[in-house]
Amino acid sequence: MSQKVIITPEAFEYMEKVTGTDGVEVRVNLPKEIIEQINEICDSFDNDPGELINVLHEAQNRFGYLPAEVQDMVAHNLHIPVAQVYGVVTFYSYFSMIPKGEHPISICVGTACYVRGAERVLEEFIKELGIKVGETTPDGRFSINCLRCVGACGLAPVVLVGDKVYGRVSPDGVKQIIAEYSS
Amino acid sequence: MSHYKMHLLVCAGTGCHSSESDLVYEMLHDEVERKGLSNDVQVIRTGCFGFCEKGPIVKVLPDNTFYTEVKPGDAQEIIDEHVIKGRKVERLLYLDPETNEHVLDSKHMGFYKKQLRVALRNCGTIDPENIDESIARDAYMALGKVITEMTPRETIELIKRSGLRGRGGAGFPTGLKWEITSKNHGDRKYVVCNADEGDPGAFMDRSILEGDPHSVLEAMAICGYCIGASEGLIYIRAEYPLAIRRLRIAISQAQSYGLLGENIFGSDFSFNIKLRYGAGAFVCGEETALIHSMEGLRGEPTNKPPFPAERGYLGKPTCVNNVETFANIPVIVLKGAEWFASIGTEKSKGTKVFALAGKINNVGLIEVPMGITLREIIYEIGGGVKEGKKFKAVQTGGPSGGCLTEKHLDTPIDYESLMAAGSMMGSGGMIVLDEDDCMVSVAKFYLDFIVEESCGKCAPCRIGSKRLYETLDRITLGKGEQEDIEILKNLGMVMKDTALCGLGQTAPNPVLSTLDNFKEEYLEHVNEKKCRSGQCRDLLYYVILEEECTGCMACTRVCPTHAIIGERRNPHVINQEVCIKCGACMEKCQFDAISLQKDYPREVQLTTNNELTV
Repeated sequence: MSQKVIITPEAFEYMEKVTGTDGVEVRVNLPKEIIEQINEICDSFDNDPGELINVLHEAQNRFGYLPAEVQDMVAHNLHIPVAQVYGVVTFYSYFSMIPKGEHPISICVGTACYVRGAERVLEEFIKELGIKVGETTPDGRFSINCLRCVGACGLAPVVLVGDKVYGRVSPDGVKQIIAEYSS
Repeated sequence: MSHYKMHLLVCAGTGCHSSESDLVYEMLHDEVERKGLSNDVQVIRTGCFGFCEKGPIVKVLPDNTFYTEVKPGDAQEIIDEHVIKGRKVERLLYLDPETNEHVLDSKHMGFYKKQLRVALRNCGTIDPENIDESIARDAYMALGKVITEMTPRETIELIKRSGLRGRGGAGFPTGLKWEITSKNHGDRKYVVCNADEGDPGAFMDRSILEGDPHSVLEAMAICGYCIGASEGLIYIRAEYPLAIRRLRIAISQAQSYGLLGENIFGSDFSFNIKLRYGAGAFVCGEETALIHSMEGLRGEPTNKPPFPAERGYLGKPTCVNNVETFANIPVIVLKGAEWFASIGTEKSKGTKVFALAGKINNVGLIEVPMGITLREIIYEIGGGVKEGKKFKAVQTGGPSGGCLTEKHLDTPIDYESLMAAGSMMGSGGMIVLDEDDCMVSVAKFYLDFIVEESCGKCAPCRIGSKRLYETLDRITLGKGEQEDIEILKNLGMVMKDTALCGLGQTAPNPVLSTLDNFKEEYLEHVNEKKCRSGQCRDLLYYVILEEECTGCMACTRVCPTHAIIGERRNPHVINQEVCIKCGACMEKCQFDAISLQKDYPREVQLTTNNELTV
């Protein structure tokens, strides 16, 4: 996998003209190198519209999220309406149009964690960070997400920060977890 | 291959992996090398042992020693004491909660005694990233037998005779599904493995894919041979990175051994397997939605018929089976249909894997013969309810299922009995609830899930589940009315009859089944505004304890609604009709006399009310 490129708002100041195989010219609000990366991803799946979900997975892997401009480009390459791409992106909870925080916090609210008090842990995170589920802190350090079952039900309730798993988290332990990443 | 005297199996399933089993493996491995034991002792990473509660697990063969909660720092002691000196490390052995003795041999653990591992046969015994270990455990023998000795017809007959039914939930006979797909014509056909395990709290499919991927690949090839397909697709959740990695390794190893690919076993049968990723949508477990998702579309279900067996992926006949169903196939071929049919009940044959979780002592993955009772699962395998609390119910079948209560404890579990009890097998999640769980809140939890996961295509599910959720929410907030219970019932029945797909049709199950079994709890919420478990926080009351109250009047002064009445130096009382539950009094009280209670003394309330009105 190539190096991760983070798309920052400044990146959108550039305008690139892109001519599709059908000869239609469109303007895309993305820097050239990102357009090239998207082309490369789409090419690796033969620009097959049936591979749309795999293309989006790969794009999100590289860019961290799927802003509208990236969706435009993917639609252009696969010769499908942008509406279809947008429809797929918004349908599946795995895809996100908002960049995640530097330390994405995911709280498992699967049934096993729920009956062992995940709700209160979640509330504590919301209180401590001052953001809602699906949001990112203004400084971009943390974001909160809920997910359903990571399969570590023996450790319920479970919280993930990035890839690190915290098991048997109590509401009192929330501060400590955040503190670990705050310095 | 060298012969090892001892094997150290380290669980690398997701549960143990989350508690640093990787580090345990590395420490053990390093320690073995440092002591120069590399030729005698093999350390391997295996799939899930199932006993996730006490992970990370390290099992020592040949003496079946079962170490639990192993920390990376314990590695040295295990090698020094056990491997070199032959003395088991007592403190890491599983402690039998009944006898309070350390169990020396895992065969004597209550957790394993009642289990019969068929689909999980290789999980926790082999290294899933090494095809040779799978082959040593007869992987691809069944495929060889089928291709070289049997016709597709005979194989389908064999599966039909075994009585195997779909383990994804609905329990459709697998052999019949294969037969129908084989009879439908198409220039191409597809085998699809449904590994979109969206049911929160169920993790059996993932454990099989992580612990024994070859059994699934082999079975898919067998299915392909039977129905005339040369291409297989595994639809797996993107949330399962470890399973995806192991599947990729397994597929490439099988291809390099010629067990997948062109002309398998020198026959003219070819079969290839590709992976397709889900992206987090529960409804994609429904087969038509799954197929749309694989085609790169929104995962919305379509009407059946046409069934996928007729027109499925890209419009071609497609056979969709669940991971666990596939994992059973190779054993059936090798051991015979009669052997498989001898296990289980009259209509449900074989075994079923359950993910046992919630308020139970031994959280984990278990496989039991059909027909076992709930009591055996919870008390003998599961080790009883956590912290000695009282058992209340078991939720089976996830958001599509329902609750089984104390009266169902001795019912033999199979597809039919669960249906009759208003629940369903589902994928096999089993969540144990105790007296602290409010059944209305549990139903609300599942409806919340459904509201989020409903694809929105049909009105009964999109709107109905939202209305159900709102009604339940009202009840838990103490704003429920008698007619709400009727609304829940009627709406639930309408959704059952009119929703487009299985998700919508089963969505009201958690509500209907809790209404059936715990109606008095709903009535308490509605009529008395009381939650007996104390889980509904809006139904908690601030109550002044008579013995603790000194009558200092501090609380009466901060109460914004003048709800607290009482004379100086006499215990005060809170008038619950006026109280807005702001909590100011509790904060102010210096004697800890005010607490949140599930209920308040109602007679006292009446008299104070009377006094007030006089």
